[in-house]
Amino acid sequence: MANVLVFAETRGTALRKVALEAVTAARALADASGGGEVHALVAGAPGAAAAAEQLGKYGADVVYTVEHPALGTFERESIAATVAERAKQGGYRAIVLGFSTQGRDLGPRLAAKLDAPIASDVTEISISGDTVVVKHPGYANKVVLTLALSGSPVVLSVRPGAFTAKEAPRSARVERIEPAADPAAARVVVKEVVEGAKGRPDLGEAPVIVAGGRGLKVAENFKLVEALADAFGNAAVGATRAVTDEGWRPHSDQIGQTGRQVSPQLYVAVGISGAIQHLAGMRTSRTIVAINKDKDAPIFKVADYGIVGDVLEVVPALTAAVAEARKHH
Amino acid sequence: MGAPTVKIAVCIKRTPDSESRFKIAPSGTAIDEAGLKFDIDDFAGYAVEVALQLNEKSGGGETVVVAVGPDLVQESLRKAMSMGADRAVQLKTDAAPADGLAVAKALAAELKDGGFDLVLFGKHAFDTSAGVVGTATAELLGLPCVTAVSKLDIANGRGSARRDLEGAAEMVEFPLPAVVTIDEGIARPRYPSLKGIMAAKKKPLETKPAQLGVVRVAVQKAELPPERPAGRIIGEGTAAVPELVRLLQTEAKVL
Repeated sequence: MANVLVFAETRGTALRKVALEAVTAARALADASGGGEVHALVAGAPGAAAAAEQLGKYGADVVYTVEHPALGTFERESIAATVAERAKQGGYRAIVLGFSTQGRDLGPRLAAKLDAPIASDVTEISISGDTVVVKHPGYANKVVLTLALSGSPVVLSVRPGAFTAKEAPRSARVERIEPAADPAAARVVVKEVVEGAKGRPDLGEAPVIVAGGRGLKVAENFKLVEALADAFGNAAVGATRAVTDEGWRPHSDQIGQTGRQVSPQLYVAVGISGAIQHLAGMRTSRTIVAINKDKDAPIFKVADYGIVGDVLEVVPALTAAVAEARKHH
Repeated sequence: MGAPTVKIAVCIKRTPDSESRFKIAPSGTAIDEAGLKFDIDDFAGYAVEVALQLNEKSGGGETVVVAVGPDLVQESLRKAMSMGADRAVQLKTDAAPADGLAVAKALAAELKDGGFDLVLFGKHAFDTSAGVVGTATAELLGLPCVTAVSKLDIANGRGSARRDLEGAAEMVEFPLPAVVTIDEGIARPRYPSLKGIMAAKKKPLETKPAQLGVVRVAVQKAELPPERPAGRIIGEGTAAVPELVRLLQTEAKVL
């Protein structure tokens, strides 16, 4: 029997999707090791503790809440110190968090503070005796590595979307704790958080992604991609590296080996030829649609449904058809 | 009096060309390296460029490149020196271990008394795609750390940086010395000039054993991911749109 600690990431005071996925992964690990408890730690501005109830619904037995006005932004030093302190006190088998931008930052800090072996971006977790075994796609998703971690505790960050958050209700005991280091005394100070495009889900969380490539020819035509995303209603907008290099879209929209790696339910590639660099970022999407004028474009090798044609004609027609189809829901 | 000079360490890794087609080695625990092209990892390459630009801006200073690994990493260290780095350190191991914390321990032991104002890393390396070493090294050194930075300035003993988050960005400030890991889009690495290549041959490259400590993460298996089923073209032009919508509704059930 082994207990598992989850760092439940928030933005502002709202839980991120990956926080619940981490709880689900931790629940499975605790159950597999003979019925241990899942403890979650949520840190944020006053109000963040309200997330405790939701964490219990997804399988946390205990929720530690840390509230401080300075924790409204990601105060990495204070949060790392607080999670590490809790981990030391709790004697956990594993500390689980999401492989988000913040989780990528926090995981190695915890590993160093706890002198714990770490695996990043894991898609499967199992435990056999003294060894925790995980799968982690390396080489930009081109090679799947099975890693064995010896020692306890271990730090594991889970790939967003790899574990589907499942309800497993517990009446979570909520305990308020203090930050282990003063968030106001952090050396790295967040001066400002600039919000991106409003009203769209993030690439890592959207069930549908519409992405545009150089086949759109000019920056103005990207509005066709936006319009198709609007028609789906729940879609995020992404771009290829060529497009972000051209400055048509911000770098943060880039999907590919060196950008975001995404696995939505539906990925619509508009005017994207399918360079290896791009495929590495989206080939794990469940359903892929491609629209491109070149029938030999490599994107068609991975597309479940391909349409050969001029994106400037096909995309508006598809936008209208999707809007029509959704009307009848 | 000019601006004060800065001393920068850049920790680099040698990784295979990311556009390669990979095969698994007979051991079943690694890729088959035969025929692959290796170079400085993309993100580490950006970090080298950032260091050189900061040195140029400060009108002096020093850039030291450091790599953990077998003698093959000397090729990457020489390349960084041909771009303009002043000297290099190889922390020698038989192979680059999969244990990021062990690598961080070796780097921290080397860097701790180096008097560096700034230690730069790529945000992660292509092969392990884990992003552990830079941040863990910072923790072991007790230095402030900012990760995945897409813009970096230093002045008067302080740094300011931009980090892209999912759907947002953070602007942060921090005191030096510090550790910063570098994202894409910050700087395009320069190509070494012929003069640079000649000069690099004479620059110092020191080799010492890496103090990894206990390695606790091992690759048990390496495998290629399952192939997607072959793609299917359903039609041409706007005429194919109704069929696509039908398939999305009835077959893929995503609409």
